[in-house]
This record gives sequence, structure tokens and C-alpha cells, in this order.
Amino acid sequence: MAYTPYMAYTVELESLTKRFGDVAVLDGVDLRVERGSVAALLGPNGAGKTTAVKVLSTLLRPDGGRAVVAGHDVVSAPAAVRRSISLTGQYAAVDEMLTGRENLILMGRLRHLTGASARARADELLDRFELTAAGRRRVSTYSGGMARRLDIALSLVVEPRVLFLDEPTTGLDPRSRRDVWGSIAELAAAGVTVLLTTQYLEEADRLADQITVLHGGRVAAEGTAEQLKARIGGETAQLFLADTDVLASALMLLARNAVGAREDAETLSVHVPTDGSASAVRDLLGLLHAEGVEVRRLALHRPTLDEVFLALTEQAPAMAVIR
Amino acid sequence: MTAPELTRVPGVLVDVSALVGRGLRRSVRSVDALITAIVLPVLMLLAFVYVFGGAIETGTRYLTYVVPGIVLICAAFGSASTGVGVNQDMTTGMIARLRSLPVLGSAVLVGHIVASVARNLVSTAIVVAVSVLLGFRPTASVLDWVALLGVLALLMSGISALSAAFGLLVSNAEAAGAFSFVVLFLPYVSSAFVPPETMPDFLQGFARNQPMTPLVETIRGLLVGGPVSGWAPAALAWAAGFLVVGVVASGVLFRRNGSR
Repeated sequence: MAYTPYMAYTVELESLTKRFGDVAVLDGVDLRVERGSVAALLGPNGAGKTTAVKVLSTLLRPDGGRAVVAGHDVVSAPAAVRRSISLTGQYAAVDEMLTGRENLILMGRLRHLTGASARARADELLDRFELTAAGRRRVSTYSGGMARRLDIALSLVVEPRVLFLDEPTTGLDPRSRRDVWGSIAELAAAGVTVLLTTQYLEEADRLADQITVLHGGRVAAEGTAEQLKARIGGETAQLFLADTDVLASALMLLARNAVGAREDAETLSVHVPTDGSASAVRDLLGLLHAEGVEVRRLALHRPTLDEVFLALTEQAPAMAVIR
Repeated sequence: MTAPELTRVPGVLVDVSALVGRGLRRSVRSVDALITAIVLPVLMLLAFVYVFGGAIETGTRYLTYVVPGIVLICAAFGSASTGVGVNQDMTTGMIARLRSLPVLGSAVLVGHIVASVARNLVSTAIVVAVSVLLGFRPTASVLDWVALLGVLALLMSGISALSAAFGLLVSNAEAAGAFSFVVLFLPYVSSAFVPPETMPDFLQGFARNQPMTPLVETIRGLLVGGPVSGWAPAALAWAAGFLVVGVVASGVLFRRNGSR
């Protein structure tokens, strides 16, 4: 096949819409995922994340727009799409009455591997996902994290060109979440294109090259984690003061020195923009100290994706669109 | 990774056999379900023979009269639980995953139904063996046994398919289980336990024309002798009808669930 710039994207959505009755669950979503990258669809419940994944994995027909996966249109060539993808849905789609190994072999058979090949592949994947010891136990005895790792392993029995992970760590404890993250990072390093949905900003921050914030069926923002964070400003230093009098003199002093500060009366503190360097903080404290304003405590804040997320989703979706 | 070797067997056969294998594994491991499928009919057999039986006049030994009814209950009740597994596959995302594969999706339903038939043939055989231990003496010829096997397998496929459709229709496993109660109740108002002539008039009409009566009379005729040819066409028509309706409804519901 001739290389065209178009082929650089493994997943491409163009003004995709999907309605359930009167509700537009996806309302003109554009998205491009580069080959070999990890993209995150981030959004609260009901934002349309799962619907987008269902359309991309041919489980749902879109009502409008276009969705192309691995070069195949999901509407006109669903069978070709299915041959190129693997889907790990929101709930661990594993058979609890079978062992982990049997689940993997079943999936291998359904991918039309020979019996011997399916068994060999099952053992490889058990090893890769650190499930060898549990491989001959029924999945009903697995922890949530183990079941989820098996679930992801099932998606890799035949290495897909695109892997869809719908909320891969929802409901997992922090340790299991880390294990699953490790597995996903390894896949990405091996060159599999991954599109994951999540409501955890930390997860998108950790794993994704590219984050698309969905809100109310529209793209509210997109970019790297750093780009999104930059949108709501830089770091701040929060200075806690003894009482309202000291707070007032601090505010006056900062204003006189043309330092933009924001008062937080409730916690008796002021927020001052800073670049976070030790010297800048020392200068700030020195300025106040020289005028007899004593700072009791200091906290540095970097904007988290959570703040970005809240800022973006509080606005009307159309207002927040940046390109 | 080792180079994956693809099988040369046609895809549909591989899909179906893999999923039938899965269904059989699940059946063997659902020990409690298997025990229920055997113990419940045996308990009913004991209750009907030793508790109620003395008071029921059927013109023959009550054990001889009631065993065909118990066989029917065992076959039908066991098959009726098929929808629970189908529903679990739907709610756990197993079906969604299968649909995202280049696999004939409905093979998962075939897997459930075939496994159900195999499971219920075993439990029905055990129930027949228990009734023989209790003194039941079938007079069936080899040909009768073969015919009985055929009728039961058709009935089990039919009820399993209907149950699978019901499992796709309802939203949770508990609701899917409700189908068993319908199937468990129907034989009471048939000739399974008492001759319909002893029922009030308004029930007799229902009892004679509902599917369980021709089915139980056919089973009775094959097991202990009696007029089979009069009942068999209706029995086969009902069982085949269950199968056709179940398969068509499952197919429609399966596709509908995909486009939701």
C-alpha cells in the first residue's frame, strides 16, 4: 500500500455524531490519533467516551460523520476494522468460571489460531502479565487488578494495530492501577496504538501523548497534559499569615511592589504567581520579611489536570474549544 | 512472540466449537446448578410418589404415571436456565468483546444452547436412573429410547433457545432466572402429574391444549407404552416451534443489543 500522509493516523474521527433518541451523545467529535501513540479520551460520566469507543470498535453505528480505524471505515468495512482492533471494555469481560489460561486459549481459538499456537500464546501472555502462577486458577479467585490484567492480555492474543481500553483502571486499588499502567506503557513502547478512556486525570497525564477532553459529547479541549495545564496558568505560592491584619498589610505591600496577588480570606492566605524557583520564593519571602510581615507557612501549587478539567467542564463546551 | 499459526478449519466451525467447549466447561463447573437440575426433579419425584401419590388415582401405579412428568420437568427446567448465562455474558461485556472480534457473534448463543442440551441430557438420564432405583420399570424398546432421546434433545434445544432470547431481553440475571418458574409451573396444569379429566372444566381446556400435555404423553408413550402417534406430531411441533421462535427472537435481540 502506498504511503500517504493520511495513513499517519490510525484513528480518525470527523464530526462524528451519535444520538440516542433526542440526546446527542456525540455531537460532532473530531479526533486524530497518530500511529503508535497513546491517546486519552478524558471526561466525566456521560461525556460520550464509551459511546465513542463503541463506534470505533463497530459495536454502534454512528448517525453522522466519519470514523476510520487502521484505514478502514467503521460503517462500510466493519469486518476489516474488527481484524485490526482489540477492545477491552469497561467491565472485565472474562469468563470467571474458566481459568485465566483457558480464557486466553478460548480467545486464541476465536482468533483462529491453531490449538497449539493458542496454548503457546496463552502461556506467553500469562508470563508477560505476571499471571503464570494464577494461570490455572479460575478467574473468580482473581483480584480486581489480576482480572483486569487478564482482560488486557486477552486483547493481545493477536497483537492488534489499535487497542481500545475503556476505563481500564476504574474500580481498581492504587497498586493494581499502577500494575495496569505499567502494562499499558509497555504496549505503547512496543508500538501498539492505544486509545483509552478515563475519568482519572492522573491516568491520562501518566500514559497519554495526547489528551482529548470530552464534555457533553463535544471536544472541550485537546493537547498534551502540559499544554492543558498551561491553559489555566502557571505555578502559585500560597502564603499563610497569622491574622487578618497581617493579611491586609501583606496585600498592601505586594500591591505596592506590583506583585499580583489573590486574597484567600477563608484560609488567611494570599496566592502569588511564581515560577517555582528557589530564588523567586526567597525574594518574595525576603520582601515581606523586610517590612515585618511574617509568613507562617508556605505552599507551592502546580496546576493539576484536575483543575484544568474542572475549569474546562464548568464552562459551556463551545466556549472552551481551543485549536 | 511466536509467529501465530492460523488454523485451516473454516472460521464458523472453529468459533462454534470453541464456544461450545466453553459452555461445556462452564456446565461441568456449575456444580450447584447441576445439583439443582438433578435434585429438584428427584425431590419432586419423591414428594409426588410418597406424599401425594397415594391419593391420586391414575388407573396405574402412580410411580409409572408420574416418572414421564418428572422427566419432562427435568428436561424443561434445566434448559430454562440457559438465559441466565446468556444474560451474564451480556452484562459482563463478554458479548460486546465477541462482537468486536471477526467472529460470528451468535456462535456464543449456539455455544450456550448446545452445552445446555448436553448438560440436561445427562441430568435427565440420572433422574431416570434414580426412578428405576425407586421401582420404575420402563418398557421402552431400543428404538423407543432413541426416539425419546430425539424428542428430549429437540425440546431442550427449543426451551434453551427461548430462554436465551429471554436472557437477551431482560436487564439482569435475576430476571433471566424467572423464565425457569414459568417452565416449572406449566407441567402442573398438564397431564404430567394428574389426568386432566380430574381438573375443573375451565382448566381442562388449557391442560389439553398447552404444549406440556402432548410432550408428556409422548414421553409417557415411549417410556411405558401408550398411544404415541396421536400425541407425537403436536409434541414435535411445539418443541420445533420453541426452537424456531427462540432462534429467531435470539437473533433479532442479539442484533438489537449491538445497535443500542
